[in-house]
Amino acid sequence: MTEDQVKQIVIDIINEIAPDEDTSDLKGEISLRDQMDLDSMDFLDIVMELRKQHGIEVPEEDYPELASLDSCGNYLTPKFNAK
Amino acid sequence: MPRDSLDNQHFETVIIGAGMAGMAAGIRLALAGKKVIILERHNASGGLNSFYSIEGRKYDVGLHALTNYVPKSTKGTPLAKLLRQLRIPYDALDLCPQFGSRVAFPGCELKFSNDFALLEAEVARAFPAQTDGFRALAEEVRTLDAFNLGAIPTSAREAVQRHIKDSLLEDMIFCPVMYYGSAEEHDMDYGQFAIMFRSLFFEGFARPFEGVRVIIKLLQDKYRSLGGLRRMKCGIQKIHSDGTRATAITLDDGATLTADKIISTAGVVETERLCDDRPADASANNIGQLSFTETITALDCQPADFGWEDTIIFFNTRERFHYGRCDDDLVDPTSGVICFPNNYDYSDGRQMDEGFLRITAMANHDQWCALEEPEYLAQKEHWYQELQKVALGILPQPKLDLDAHRLDKDMFTPRTVRKFTGHLNGAIYGAPHKIKDGRTHLENLYIAGTDQGFLGIIGAMLSGISMANLHVLKGN
Repeated sequence: MTEDQVKQIVIDIINEIAPDEDTSDLKGEISLRDQMDLDSMDFLDIVMELRKQHGIEVPEEDYPELASLDSCGNYLTPKFNAK
Repeated sequence: MPRDSLDNQHFETVIIGAGMAGMAAGIRLALAGKKVIILERHNASGGLNSFYSIEGRKYDVGLHALTNYVPKSTKGTPLAKLLRQLRIPYDALDLCPQFGSRVAFPGCELKFSNDFALLEAEVARAFPAQTDGFRALAEEVRTLDAFNLGAIPTSAREAVQRHIKDSLLEDMIFCPVMYYGSAEEHDMDYGQFAIMFRSLFFEGFARPFEGVRVIIKLLQDKYRSLGGLRRMKCGIQKIHSDGTRATAITLDDGATLTADKIISTAGVVETERLCDDRPADASANNIGQLSFTETITALDCQPADFGWEDTIIFFNTRERFHYGRCDDDLVDPTSGVICFPNNYDYSDGRQMDEGFLRITAMANHDQWCALEEPEYLAQKEHWYQELQKVALGILPQPKLDLDAHRLDKDMFTPRTVRKFTGHLNGAIYGAPHKIKDGRTHLENLYIAGTDQGFLGIIGAMLSGISMANLHVLKGN
């Protein structure tokens, strides 16, 4: 799986948990919180859906790795490919 | 067909109580795929906020107004957070904003609406010397971290007196804020004050056209659709522990089940007293002292036909507003809340077929519960009449005769509250000392709901959500 595919999975999850947010023009390198109205509760939901839909575990100390789409791609792609 | 016994079953989380907090917590856990069950002593969901029918007429209890109302797409507010966390679309709540409300004291009135500018203008009109103080108070409340007051006094009375130098205005601000959520007598925590002030005045009031049942049904349906389990008429007899952890739960029917974690919305003292390592009279000093009575009158026409256009009126007839246990009599009719569920801006030209007038006042739990049945009924009738008289003294002169247009009436007392919520003393807003982190003396037993310290319906649901997130979902 490529980093772009993994980023798309994250965008799909955001669309699901925050249907009112516009995700069509997200910048990869800028933090998701700065581009959308997401709080720590919403990040918990991203983690929850990664586990539920894809069996990917993100321990609490790694939550900062999900800050931007690029960092999500970096951090999650090896996890997806290791499945 | 006898229902399956829960005996010997194991759950990842057991939730005690199918009120707003319990159902919201249940939805969060079911969303995460947890094996979760909600146990509810009664046959109806909703807890403090519920509904019933008599002779086909629908009544609401609790919910005069949903506070924390903001229009669709208002970001970063409690309502927006709640909907996202529960994955419920905004429109499903069918929230219709209030017309306008007021605080009515002897010789002084303050109108307010969902636009804060109206209250500011009203304060400037009635208390010109307090205009700047009120503005400073509002600014402080807007930016305050309600859970970390720093150097600001924790007494809301003291904190407000730093800005407001007129005791009449001070009382008029406290009256609605206390009536809509304070479990403490005479004063409250300034953080709680700030949460209430924002939810009432910066945000506002709304109501679903069909009332509280809309919200309860939404929560039930969402929870069920996610595969969450629920058992009604299922009271808890005991929570067993080894002194550190809750190890098992025994139900009223004798069945015993186990759970990794328990979230209880039964109240903090009530929950502690369920635990077998605690005495039956534990934490007696943290039992709420405030209970209420409410009369509901069904009318064959709209309140507007009487000339009554307000949504909600918070009233006081004494020189100083007294928010404390009613000791002298069954009911303290000198302050209270008058509510017209008809007076919301229902979209698409909808209006309720019948008019409703609801009057709430403080009442004495022990005295009501000591009455024998015939006397109980006689006192209900007496206080129903008394409260109508008080309300007629507050409301604009009616254009019609109330007695001639009454279809039916009902009344709940502290006895009713105790029966349906299980709250000791029938204390609607629960214990005065709140448990903000939800922790108890047992490491896997948590408190959510009224006694965790979030207020109002939206607050109750957010409490369930945040406790489920913090104690079950996070780091798991």
